[in-house]
Order: sequence, then C-alpha cells, then structure tokens
Amino acid sequence: MNTLETYNSIFVETFQVEESELNAEFNSDNVEKWDSVCQLSLVTNMEDTFDIMMEPEDIIGFKSYEEGKTILEKYDVKIA
Amino acid sequence: MGLLKDKVCLVTGASKGIGRAIAEEFAKQGAIVYANARTPESIDEWANNLSKEHQTKVIPAYFDITDLADAKNTVMQIKSDEKRIDVLVNNAGMVTYEMIPMAQIDTFRAMLDVNVVAPFSLLQIVSRVMGRQKAGSIINMASIVADKGAKGQVSYATTKGAIIAMTKSAAKELAPSQIRVNAVAPGMVGTERFVNVFEEKFKDKIDNIGMGRLAEPSEIADLCVFLASDMSKYVTGQIIGIDGSTEL
Repeated sequence: MNTLETYNSIFVETFQVEESELNAEFNSDNVEKWDSVCQLSLVTNMEDTFDIMMEPEDIIGFKSYEEGKTILEKYDVKIA
Repeated sequence: MGLLKDKVCLVTGASKGIGRAIAEEFAKQGAIVYANARTPESIDEWANNLSKEHQTKVIPAYFDITDLADAKNTVMQIKSDEKRIDVLVNNAGMVTYEMIPMAQIDTFRAMLDVNVVAPFSLLQIVSRVMGRQKAGSIINMASIVADKGAKGQVSYATTKGAIIAMTKSAAKELAPSQIRVNAVAPGMVGTERFVNVFEEKFKDKIDNIGMGRLAEPSEIADLCVFLASDMSKYVTGQIIGIDGSTEL
C-alpha cells in the first residue's frame, strides 16, 4: 500500500465513506460528520500510522483532505 | 518490591533534590527511568550506578524543559525506544524568595516558563502518547504555598497555584483515556538547596512544622511511587499534601 492509499484508508475508516468520495471538496465545511472529535480521531490515526506527532496548530489546521496532505509534508510524509 | 516493574517513567529535574530521590526510588521499584537533567554528561555516572544497583535502566535524558521542541523530540525518542510511556513526573522547577516590591518581572516570567509552561507542554505531549495506550499517570509538583500562601513567595506560589489548576482540569479531560493526573504538594523539604536557604532565612519556621523536622526528599519520592503505581489506579485529580502538618 502506498502512502496515498494509506492516507485514504484512514479517511475511509474515520468518516465511514467510500474512497471515491475523497476529493478537494472533502473538508470540515462540507462533511457533516467532520466535528472536532472526528478531527482529533483523524489526526491520531494519521500520527499512529505515520509515526509522527503533530504540533497543535497542525491538529487545528487539519480541516480538509487536501490540507492534510500539505500538513503531513511538514513531517516528511509525502502523500503520493 | 517492584511496584513499578518495567514501567517507563520520565522524571524531570532529576539531577538533584526531590527529582533525584524520585528517580532513585523509581529505579528501586523496578521502573525504567528516563532521568532529565540540563547539563550533558552531568548524571551519567549516577545513572549508570543506579542501573547496576537495581538491575534496571536509568537513562539520562538531557534537555532544557523550556526548550519545547527538544522536550518533544525526547518524548518521541522514548516512545520510539520503549513503545510506551507510563509515568511523567513534572518535577523540575525554580523557586524564589522575595517580597513583592523586590520581585523582578523577568524572573517571574522565567519561573512561569519553567514551573508552568514547560510542565503543561510535557503533559500535552506525553498524554497523547498515553492516550494511545489508554493508561498513564502524570504527577505534577505543587507546593503547600499554593494552597496556604507564604509571605515572600507570591510569585512562586502563583506558579504552583497554576499547577494545581492544571492538574484538576487535566484529570477531568484525560480520565476517559484512563490517564490519571495528580499533584503532590510538599511542605518544607530538606534538599541541599533548601537546607542552605532554611539556615539563612527560615530557621525560626521549624516550630511551624507539626512533626518538628523537614521532610526527607525520599519521603516525597515514596508518595510519587504510590501515584505512579497501580496502587493508586483509581486516584486522579487529587492534590496530596505532604507537609508533616505544617502551618505557614
């Protein structure tokens, strides 16, 4: 499994959605289930999977599928 | 007795005084101890001897707790090496004695950094590791002066009051993750540093201690062993005084 597949699988598991639903519009404004608890769970899963620990500002900023990729790059995790 | 057998513990400010006593008692109880100190190599020999004496691992963790990035890196390294962190003792701190007009704001800010911001940051990082484990014990160092007040220690008492508030709120937030957060609130403890100050400034205060003597650092460490161990697995959000019945 490459990092993109892994990244997607975390979204699928966290939000209980189909992988095909993951796109640039998948964010906290458009996804009803995306509340702070869900966001924390998403971040925790990302941290566990990629063995990183995000800074508080990145946990707060992890508000979209696309933004998440940018944030992970800061921790040397290239999603591709 | 092995009350802390194989528990992975991080103790800040372990180079002397209460922190050193805590690290020693934890090692005696079988814990794997990451002993924090600021000066590289300063506790190598002590840690090595302690490891041999108690057939466990006492590992120096050299970092300045106010360097939050360094502290985080150390926690991540411990997690990477041990796969878990069971206990954090936020012991490192600074103390001043001065009347209000003499208190310097820069010193007060520095004390807030060491006594409040750094412990909060470590609690923040370590609790996230513990959250994955659904277990952990965080022990903060408060003080009798935070509760009872002490002339000449307004700034210090302020920082320790913050520690009490932090402990109580963190305990509530972290309880669902089975992470316990407690604080110990010592009275006058016979550390080398305090004994020197005591001789100079507080000798007349001995009559204020019901038990008529200073606490031994090892007695504070004993309480920390209890809070770190599974003996206290249902204890959280408590500020436990250990002052020999002291009146300030």
